[in-house]
Amino acid sequence: MKFRQALGRIRHLLKKEFIQTLRDPHTRFVLIAPPIIQMLVFGYAATMEIRHVPMAVLDLDRTSESRDLVERFTGSRYFEIRMPAASRQDLRDGIDRGDVLVALEIDSGFAGRLRDGHRISVQALVDSSNSNTALVALGYMNQIGARFAQDYARDRAGRIAPQVLMTAPQVALETRPWFNEGLESRWYFVPGVIGNLMMMMVMTLTAFAVVREREIGTLEQLMVTPVRRWEFIVGKTVPFFLIGLFDAALIATIGTLWFGVPFRGSVAVLGIGIVVFLFAALGLGLFLSTIAATQQQARNSAFFFTMPMTTLSGFGTPISSMPMVCQHLSYINPLRHVVALLRTVYLKGVGLDVLWRDLAPMAVFAVVMLSISILRFRKSLE
Amino acid sequence: MSWRRIAAVMRKEIVQIRRDRRSLLIILAMPLAQLLLNGYAVNLDARHVPLCLYDRDRSQASDDLLAHFRATDSFDVVHVSDSYADLVAHIDASACTVGVVIPTRFSERLRTEGHAAVQALVDASDSNTASLGMGYAQGIVQAYAGGVQLEWQQRHGGAAAASTIAFEPRTLFNEELESMANIVPGVIALVMAVVGSFLTSLTVAREWERGTMEQLIATPIAPFEIQIGKLIPYYAVGILDTAICAGVAVTLFHVPFRGSWIVLFGCSLLFLAAVLSLGYYISVTSRSQVAASQFAMLTTFLPTMLLSGFIFPIDQMPRVVQWITWIFPGRYYVSILRSVFLKGTPASLMLEPIAGLAAIAMILTLLAGRAFHKRLA
Repeated sequence: MKFRQALGRIRHLLKKEFIQTLRDPHTRFVLIAPPIIQMLVFGYAATMEIRHVPMAVLDLDRTSESRDLVERFTGSRYFEIRMPAASRQDLRDGIDRGDVLVALEIDSGFAGRLRDGHRISVQALVDSSNSNTALVALGYMNQIGARFAQDYARDRAGRIAPQVLMTAPQVALETRPWFNEGLESRWYFVPGVIGNLMMMMVMTLTAFAVVREREIGTLEQLMVTPVRRWEFIVGKTVPFFLIGLFDAALIATIGTLWFGVPFRGSVAVLGIGIVVFLFAALGLGLFLSTIAATQQQARNSAFFFTMPMTTLSGFGTPISSMPMVCQHLSYINPLRHVVALLRTVYLKGVGLDVLWRDLAPMAVFAVVMLSISILRFRKSLE
Repeated sequence: MSWRRIAAVMRKEIVQIRRDRRSLLIILAMPLAQLLLNGYAVNLDARHVPLCLYDRDRSQASDDLLAHFRATDSFDVVHVSDSYADLVAHIDASACTVGVVIPTRFSERLRTEGHAAVQALVDASDSNTASLGMGYAQGIVQAYAGGVQLEWQQRHGGAAAASTIAFEPRTLFNEELESMANIVPGVIALVMAVVGSFLTSLTVAREWERGTMEQLIATPIAPFEIQIGKLIPYYAVGILDTAICAGVAVTLFHVPFRGSWIVLFGCSLLFLAAVLSLGYYISVTSRSQVAASQFAMLTTFLPTMLLSGFIFPIDQMPRVVQWITWIFPGRYYVSILRSVFLKGTPASLMLEPIAGLAAIAMILTLLAGRAFHKRLA
């Protein structure tokens, strides 16, 4: 009987909450449109692939060998020769203006040294203001150079002494990229975007909803009604839980249908992961609402949490290359776990036997946050 | 226009900012926290790629090759597997990114047949780390092969050594290839965008929600006087934030500063004008704080993080998305900051981004000015 009364009260609260959230056309728009727009734009923008690096070449050797080397660059999809260079100054200017990222200078005597079997160094100017691009471009260059030298040596060895070719030991590395054979970086980032968007929506909306009642003064009115505190919290969080679930389904669908990210796992595992994460985000939102007096404070505090959480989530940069302290710290971050879980479910398709390692910390986080919020919520009213 | 009325709005706004101590503290501490966190945590260079080894040969040769893998800081050997299934399980569980398998009879084949292959299983879900990892592995195997070949040639007195080509990279602007130097300008832009638009995005919405806007409307103040009066205090806070960010970056993180401070602050003023006006515009058009806050998030944080070239290179994006980046001030600001910090480019070579920034700042200021009407409902 008591329980049924409670359910009745919660139902009224839910009705009020839905009306309040969906009444304002701006808020309605905010619930649906931004996730879609963001998913589309960021799905396209979030790519780390580095192709067609603009480069300039100054060939002072002008031999068939040097031209051959240059052709290896133009022939690869990694580089694109953007400007002819007549002097060293041209190279430097191109880099300074930002027209090219790499400038290659092949000195005269290149072919001669190549024939004599010397170690040859080719000067390369690299604009490293983006260290990642620079590093990847350097890697490509070295691969092209190594292959060129290898082919040249083999050709020559074949001409001079065929038996050398027969017996010189060779070691090859066969690489097998799994899960993402085409090395599409979009496949990796799109699942991460889902996690980030969910957190932003659910956490801030929850924090705001409670604080607004306090700021406007309607919270006190609610508290003199027979509504209990836990009923109030359930009534407050369920709508945002449902909205979060809806948004997650929406953007997950876009990720698969529009961006063609393969979905290899099970929908049930994805669902469990999202539900647990939503609880964590709700818990954090509620916690923020207990420490903020105004909506502005709630928003600022939300941001204070969001930025480090995004940084330590492994969304943009791999966690394994962070310092140890940050790696340990990232374990308490639910965003880290949901991003890892989404990626694994999408691309690897493994099940709960592996993913419990991400689910458990999120669940603990959710329980701790929700408990703290309920406890603090009592105090904050008195 | 009355300076007295503007000053009055300014004073009211300053009182309001100062009253909310915690928000002010967050606003001033956020840049610092962000810089510290990003400075230490964000590393785009993907070193220490976690590696699993599985040696099915267990010979002198395979030991030698694996020693090469252990010796580099490109890889961290996290596990040595004793079965193929174990290796695959580690890759599935994301415990390692690369698994190197040395097949049985590796040394024997190398000796008798003159060629042998090593396998690298790569978790390519993260394509960037995967391609860096494959590059590192390739380099290590090449180095090992080079040693084997050299030894062979010395023993057999064969043909002259083959030449090798090394690219001698002279990295300009960020000589140590430090992610930090690369990231700091991006973080400054991110923090400024967020602080800028967040500061102002609630200022008018709050007045509507609390009903104080009606009182303001009843006064003789003109809309643009409200705009100026409300924005100037936030301008000051924003510039203070920029100064904190730049100061910490240069002194604590030793990010080189090669350009001129005047250009830095001039451009920061333009950028602030853009984001503050954007926040003001949002605040004016959406009358609830929830909506204002979501719009501000949508138009500042994510675009500045993803569409500014801070993490993802713009020239690698699809054409349409590249066009979209033109409308976000963060794009120009990040490129200007990078140039000013690392390259020391003079303003004359940055006319394009500066003009872009100025144009956007102007458009947003005008938009914000026009959007505000002293009308009820």
